[in-house]
Amino acid sequence: MTPAVFYALTGLGLFVLGLHALIVHAHLLRKILAFNVMGSGVFLVLAGLAGRTPSGIPDPVPHAMVITGIVVAVAATALALSLMLRVAGATGSARLPDETER
Amino acid sequence: MDTAVLIQSGLTAPILVPLIGALLAFVIRRWASPIGLLSVAALLGAVILQVPELIADGPQRLAVGGWGAPLGVDLYADGLSIAMLLMTAVVGLGISLYAAACFRGTPARGQAFWPLWLLLLTALNALFLSADIFNLYVTLEILGLSAVALTAIVGGADALVGAMRYLLVSLLGSLAYLLGVALLYHAYGTVDIALLAERIDAEPAAWAAMGLMSAGLMLKTALFPLHFWLPPAHASAAAPVSAALSALVVKGSFYLLVRFWVELFGEIAGGVATLLGLLGAAAILWGSIQALVQTRLKLLIAYSTVAQIGYLFLAFPLAVGSGIMAWSGVLYLALSHALAKAAMFLVAGNLLRFGGHDRIADLDRVVQRLPLSMAAFALAGVSIMGLPPSGGFVGKWLLLESALTQGRWGWAIVIILGGVLAATYVFKVVGYAFTQSENPHQAQPVPATMEWVAFALAVAAVLMGLIVSQPLALFEIGNPFRIRTELAAP
Repeated sequence: MTPAVFYALTGLGLFVLGLHALIVHAHLLRKILAFNVMGSGVFLVLAGLAGRTPSGIPDPVPHAMVITGIVVAVAATALALSLMLRVAGATGSARLPDETER
Repeated sequence: MDTAVLIQSGLTAPILVPLIGALLAFVIRRWASPIGLLSVAALLGAVILQVPELIADGPQRLAVGGWGAPLGVDLYADGLSIAMLLMTAVVGLGISLYAAACFRGTPARGQAFWPLWLLLLTALNALFLSADIFNLYVTLEILGLSAVALTAIVGGADALVGAMRYLLVSLLGSLAYLLGVALLYHAYGTVDIALLAERIDAEPAAWAAMGLMSAGLMLKTALFPLHFWLPPAHASAAAPVSAALSALVVKGSFYLLVRFWVELFGEIAGGVATLLGLLGAAAILWGSIQALVQTRLKLLIAYSTVAQIGYLFLAFPLAVGSGIMAWSGVLYLALSHALAKAAMFLVAGNLLRFGGHDRIADLDRVVQRLPLSMAAFALAGVSIMGLPPSGGFVGKWLLLESALTQGRWGWAIVIILGGVLAATYVFKVVGYAFTQSENPHQAQPVPATMEWVAFALAVAAVLMGLIVSQPLALFEIGNPFRIRTELAAP
């Protein structure tokens, strides 16, 4: 297994791990963290597979994509966190109403 | 390419005009509302100016910054993109006029609304014009984040929880989409749709990418059974925001599904088309039945959106045998649904302003008191049911014809049954509007603009049924559905 494939598979693993956490955890902070884990997984796939070029010189385009993706993820996380605080302020709980029992 | 060329090309105007408007409205808060109205009017003008150019010269491509594919960000416009841009600009102008009147009493809310709304229009227009799948990811994210923030501006537990759920769904959809993009780029070395279309092959990487991207977009389009987030978000937002979400935002991700299907996945998908159609049929029946049992008007309208989205997905199986007829029908349905559904949500906003509630059973003789709004609701209902003459009728007729010419009776029955169910829930509302309620209530005045805008949009949805040939000719510019006419040639 080449390092590139190893990184890509690890990235896929992180994606699935994050997806699992997103579904099973009810607390919104855990859900937001789960998204960040999933996002890191996708970025690792992009960055890892960038090394699989015939010439051996890594492809710079996926790196540019990862940087764009990180900017988007930061903005989304900021919005999610502030929305979570507003939800907690309005409902008294940082969980979505139909998921409080878990 | 220098700045002058960039500005001269009309293709960038639908993106730059609302973007500049959003920034100005954010900085000069006091003038946010006039800036917003001016930007959206300028946007409509810019899009209309594109139409004759497109008819004369065919599809347009612009390499932004002079880089070009496979690395640069290309903008591309054909008949399909222009039709979607026109829909966005027309419905957007209606929603803007309504919002200006609606937020007059609550300036703080209005100041939050305008920058986000203009940003949402920027993202939608960029989505309809982008030609590469990574740039589309960025537009999807801007669209999702601004839509979520717009949902939340009314405050209150319902809207905030609805917005939060919407955000979670939207982010999940985007991440699945991005993973698909990563796989496609790795397998084929480009993110340009046209180049991908030449290189894509039926192999595991393409199938995985198709599954991830389609699932992400289906989640964002709220196709049954992934629709659970839509009714709470659309029903709890402010009236102009609900109209924008139901009329425009869900069409963005649907447009991408159509584009990718035609260009990339259609050839390699096998039986997936039938699956999409079956989910669409389930959405029609489930959404309509849910709409029927709702007691609140905004939830009824939101479930009607779930059902109407189902119709859009019937095109995937039907297009296999009849091509352009099914695609045109479903596009026609999407455009007239945008007009009619915006009108319905705006009417719901008027009734909410008028009576202070939107319980259907307590609609107290609103026909006498708000005749224009109820006329708008009924006219929009005509288009949603698919009665002639209306845009909804033309769309459903084309779908029905494409099902019948192929002898596929199952799909035809679903199309008709959905129309009957739609008639039932529309008449349920209209019926209560005529009767005297057991709890009569104090009525608040509704600004005339808010009534006339809803009425104008509903009339436009009906007029779509009278000008059939021009929109259909517009759809075909640049052959967006890749209908092969050279089949007869050797």
